[in-house]
Amino acid sequence: MTNTPVYINGLGSVSPQKALLVEPLFFEANQLRCADPGYKEFIPAEMIRRMGRIIKMGVTASKLCLRDAGSSSGSNMEREIIPQAIITGTGLGCMEDTEKFLTSMIRNKEEFLTPTSFIQSTHNTVAGQIALLIKCHGYNFTYVHRGVSFESALLDAMTQFEMGELSDALVGGTDELTVNSFAITSRLGYWKRKPVDTKNLLDDRQRGTIAGEGATFFFLENYQNEHTYARLMGVTTFLKPASEKEVSKRVHDFLATAGLTTNDIDLVFMGLNGNPRTDQVYKFLAGKDFADTPLAYFKHLCGEYHTASAFAAWLAAQVISTQLVPGAVCLKSSPKSTIYEHVLIYNHFMGNNHAFILLSRP
Amino acid sequence: MPQRIFITGFGIISCIGNNIEEHLESLLQSKPGTGRVHYVDTYLKNELLVGEVRKTLEELFTLAAIPPTDGYSRNALLGIIAAREAFVNGRMNNCRELKTGLISATTVGGMDRCENYYSDFLTNDSRNAYIDSYDCADSTEKIAGLLGISDFVTTISTACSSAANAIMLGARMIRTGRLDRVLAGGCEALTKFHLNGFNALKILDKNPCRPFDQNRAGINLGEGAAYLVLESGESLGKTGNTPLCELVGWGNACEAFHQTASSPDGTGAYLAMKKALELSGLAPEDIDYVNAHGTGTDNNDLSEGRALEKLFGNRMPLVSSTKPFTGHTTSAAGSAEAILSIMCLQHQVAWPNLNFQERIEELSFSPVEKLMTNIPVNVVMSNSFGFGGNDTSLIFKKVNADIL
Repeated sequence: MTNTPVYINGLGSVSPQKALLVEPLFFEANQLRCADPGYKEFIPAEMIRRMGRIIKMGVTASKLCLRDAGSSSGSNMEREIIPQAIITGTGLGCMEDTEKFLTSMIRNKEEFLTPTSFIQSTHNTVAGQIALLIKCHGYNFTYVHRGVSFESALLDAMTQFEMGELSDALVGGTDELTVNSFAITSRLGYWKRKPVDTKNLLDDRQRGTIAGEGATFFFLENYQNEHTYARLMGVTTFLKPASEKEVSKRVHDFLATAGLTTNDIDLVFMGLNGNPRTDQVYKFLAGKDFADTPLAYFKHLCGEYHTASAFAAWLAAQVISTQLVPGAVCLKSSPKSTIYEHVLIYNHFMGNNHAFILLSRP
Repeated sequence: MPQRIFITGFGIISCIGNNIEEHLESLLQSKPGTGRVHYVDTYLKNELLVGEVRKTLEELFTLAAIPPTDGYSRNALLGIIAAREAFVNGRMNNCRELKTGLISATTVGGMDRCENYYSDFLTNDSRNAYIDSYDCADSTEKIAGLLGISDFVTTISTACSSAANAIMLGARMIRTGRLDRVLAGGCEALTKFHLNGFNALKILDKNPCRPFDQNRAGINLGEGAAYLVLESGESLGKTGNTPLCELVGWGNACEAFHQTASSPDGTGAYLAMKKALELSGLAPEDIDYVNAHGTGTDNNDLSEGRALEKLFGNRMPLVSSTKPFTGHTTSAAGSAEAILSIMCLQHQVAWPNLNFQERIEELSFSPVEKLMTNIPVNVVMSNSFGFGGNDTSLIFKKVNADIL
């Protein structure tokens, strides 16, 4: 947890959803992809053709976020924001370009290669392109640690807010799903074989879950303004817990560092994804530590991917600011009217990388 | 009083040695480790000069002291070897109650296996064990598992500045009180993928690379891994470790100029060095030696040279690039060169910039040409720059006995 003020003052998302809070989309599918959100509006036409999809998604989400933050300064004037830092997380980075270069290298036996897709294959391409487009010379980092890539980016920003090195930062998570990456990871049993109705994802008995993708950005600042969505209180990550009990202990320890207990939590976003095996730990916590707490879920709307928790944080920030839980994410509502003061996100990726994020009412 | 960050151990493997002692020996003998491609099965075999660790995958298993197992990439094995050496030297097995993290860096990750098995991935189940070892986090989690580190484990990828950034994050995790002790660094194995990528960019030199030379013609790629043990002052009190030096400054900046090229005036490099210097509270004239990024490309060396001139003016410290020794170890370069820089503090030397003959016309300084020994070296700076204009600079300082 941090005592240093870190506020979420801007949001931007590109996801398989279009206008989630107004009209959530459900699918009959085992993989969800982002539709073109209108890249033309955000990226120069001559660049769109060359950019891989994840770069377009990331750049667009980041620009939506900065625009959102810029419009929230109170006056009618939009402020043009150049963040002091750009920090991103991605599980697999630029898969499309990586596959393109790899495939042509194999097919052409290492001859006649052009460098474009190689250049764009590095994981920090999204952060680098955002910096390039908005001319941001500040701190630029990319985390690539599976299911805690986005959380690592948040933690990084928090350390710098605490040290006074930053007073604002653009932080996000991006991952793209490609035809080949879906096919390859299907071999590991990650995904359900047959399409499911995403509305009933949690009831599906097939092993695996549904694949997804998305780009989600947050503009963090060390002060609150009238459009502040939420305050970022803390983030913690851990690797391969020995048991459900260990997760339970960790959540209590995590909340205790902010002087809170599980009773103080008004809503928990859980990373439930319909995989009977890996959903067990969420159900354990829901039945024990959060037995009386309202619950929400989100992966039926965005699919499973390494930085899906960023999508949950995007939702949680809006729950806090609107004090409404969208019907589409509600798993267990509160019997009484609740003020959403503290919202916890608990997510893990394939049972290995676990993380808690705590957002609170500013 | 903010927590001070001490370095209490390190480990390294590259083409000039499998451990610290072998590195020191090669450096003191001015003996480079580059040669024709031998271990990577590439079409470019006879064309390129690279710095390969002279071990097969099987031999690396032996060196890493683990039985040959499916699902291990060359990258992970290099990482394990260097990380374990650092872990032992930093006596990290002691005081298990200390909050300990692992921050590792890599970019091509497990591509060395993936590029050979990709067709299998798409058509059959024979190589499934390697599917999950493709990503960047795989080597990190393997190291964490073997060494029993679980409090905080993450991976950074900012191309060729990755490992310097890992050290920087480690310092901040300690300074903000989240961790007491961090094993930080990076690993990168040579792959056909990035040999071909850099080759397509036409920035590889077929001959030994010549950083900061008027006639420089590009990079020799290398491979390796290097990790450092970072400890807080409080942690030192518990582990009883003797610090090898102190990390006093770090800075990261982005060129925002071009996806792969550096700006002509070295904006990003200058900003990164300046930030690091400001944080350290030191003055430019306090820096005795700079281990430059110095890749040997036209673009980098001029850009970095100009940034150095802007920062140091006419009081240029000793500068050299050690990439002619090791090749450019990309994601491992930041931590590998941090270690080589710290060796300068330990042994009061400055490493030569091998193959240098003629000063760059536009620059006012030349790098160190011959090994310099018995010179006072109290503060060193290590630069690492990467694709995306990602620039990082670290400053290490000798620890005076009286402040311990």
